[in-house]
Amino acid sequence: MRSLKVVYSGFQMNLKMLGTSSFFLLTSVVQPVIFATIAFYMFRAGSRNGTLLYAALGAGMMGVWSTTLFGSGGMIQWQRWQGTLELGAAAPPAMALIYLPFSLANAFTGMYAMAATLVWGRLVFGIGLHLAHPWLFVLALPATVIALGLMGLVLASTFILYRHANALSNLLEYPVWIASGLVFSTSLLPVWTRPISWALPPYWGILAIRHAALGGGVWWPLAMVVLLGVAALVISTLTFRWFEHAARARATLSLT
Amino acid sequence: MRRWLGVFFVGGSIAYRGLFNWIRPATYIPTMLGAPLFQLIFFTKLGQYAHAENRDFYIVGNSIQACAMSSVYGMTMAVANERWFGTLGPLLASPANRSAVFLGRGVPVLANGLLVSAFSFVAGALILGFRPGVGAVVPLAVVVVVTVLSCTAFGMLLGSIGLRAKDFFFAANLAYFLMLLFCGVNIPLDTLPGWMSAVGRCLPLTHGIAAAREVAAGASLGDVLGLVATELGIAAAYAVAGLTLFRVLERESRRTAVLDAY
Repeated sequence: MRSLKVVYSGFQMNLKMLGTSSFFLLTSVVQPVIFATIAFYMFRAGSRNGTLLYAALGAGMMGVWSTTLFGSGGMIQWQRWQGTLELGAAAPPAMALIYLPFSLANAFTGMYAMAATLVWGRLVFGIGLHLAHPWLFVLALPATVIALGLMGLVLASTFILYRHANALSNLLEYPVWIASGLVFSTSLLPVWTRPISWALPPYWGILAIRHAALGGGVWWPLAMVVLLGVAALVISTLTFRWFEHAARARATLSLT
Repeated sequence: MRRWLGVFFVGGSIAYRGLFNWIRPATYIPTMLGAPLFQLIFFTKLGQYAHAENRDFYIVGNSIQACAMSSVYGMTMAVANERWFGTLGPLLASPANRSAVFLGRGVPVLANGLLVSAFSFVAGALILGFRPGVGAVVPLAVVVVVTVLSCTAFGMLLGSIGLRAKDFFFAANLAYFLMLLFCGVNIPLDTLPGWMSAVGRCLPLTHGIAAAREVAAGASLGDVLGLVATELGIAAAYAVAGLTLFRVLERESRRTAVLDAY
């Protein structure tokens, strides 16, 4: 019960903080709309038909990932700058539990991206929003967002030791978009990249969302999303413990 | 004149070292080299999937646009970070010539932009098979220099806005992403609505990228002289606008006592 209270309070507080940040407005609304527009025009310029909803969903997921990534990367760094990282580490609950709601709030804010690209696509490009399996879409979207939030938690834990977390965030945005096949098929990539794609929750998440919207099997990719989300939670619990211990031992927790 | 040159070169380079947040290798490599590299791969693959343009279209567009990482963010930081780090007051109290202070900051930004663009072209050749032909290398280099120059001048204008704007990084980020959309980096201008291509033609990159694509396809420098001259004109216009805005905002900030205010 106490854990739930910690999660609820942290989630609510971080959501309010993100709501006042112009950077997150840019990442979760403006940037996905710009990328969706680029993708729409590229698909229009090409000869591939019936792909505008495909592009809108992919651009939306790109925004979810960007928000999660920059939120998770920034989470530890901002706490360092504000001097609250030590308080989080010293609090009685496990550090992973303290930062879990922050990461979930980041991913939740990313859902604005999906809404923004779908509304933008509908209003400006006249995309039909006829979902093949609406209820499965409603199930697949939050499951994917939560899995991404948990993946962000794993990233955030590594940033306890890495002082240049923001730079790593800048680097990881495009590779995950590419490896997850958010707006194009991963069959265009070399074969050796397949295992990387399979290990990424966004890869399965976009499959589940796309199949729910355009038709196709949803349950298998959805099961993989849940499985990878649980794996990320377990890994982040362990990594938070290890990296917190290492940072305490080296006295580098608050060093910027 | 010697003093002007000293402030221009030495002052510009010291300011860049002190104010450019991403100068350390641990930050520079992932941000300035890694991100443009993956951007290049992303848009080339997206174009391939959409069956839109040929591979070289995306390699040239994104390799040149990569300089905006340096020009937009670097120039914004080199000017606006003075306020963030609390050194704007002493800088503006100094008798140093303002044009030397302001324009000198563009030199390292320009050099960095060229490096980032060159890296992207080399990555495009090694990873994606970009083969422009030996004869195209020198004209391509000339076009890239002019384009990076105009992008740096645009960065100067954004940096000046950062003297007063509360959240200058928002403006820099927005400008960077809008350049991807408006400047024909990944979408041919004739595919965009008229008003968007008209905006694109007033921005840096657009004419430079068009010239670079022609040169990569075998055209000579003479064939694209008009595009290069237009890009150079845009560079001059943005540099003048940036310097003028810098002077106006400096004067206004003094008058209203908001130099270091947020």
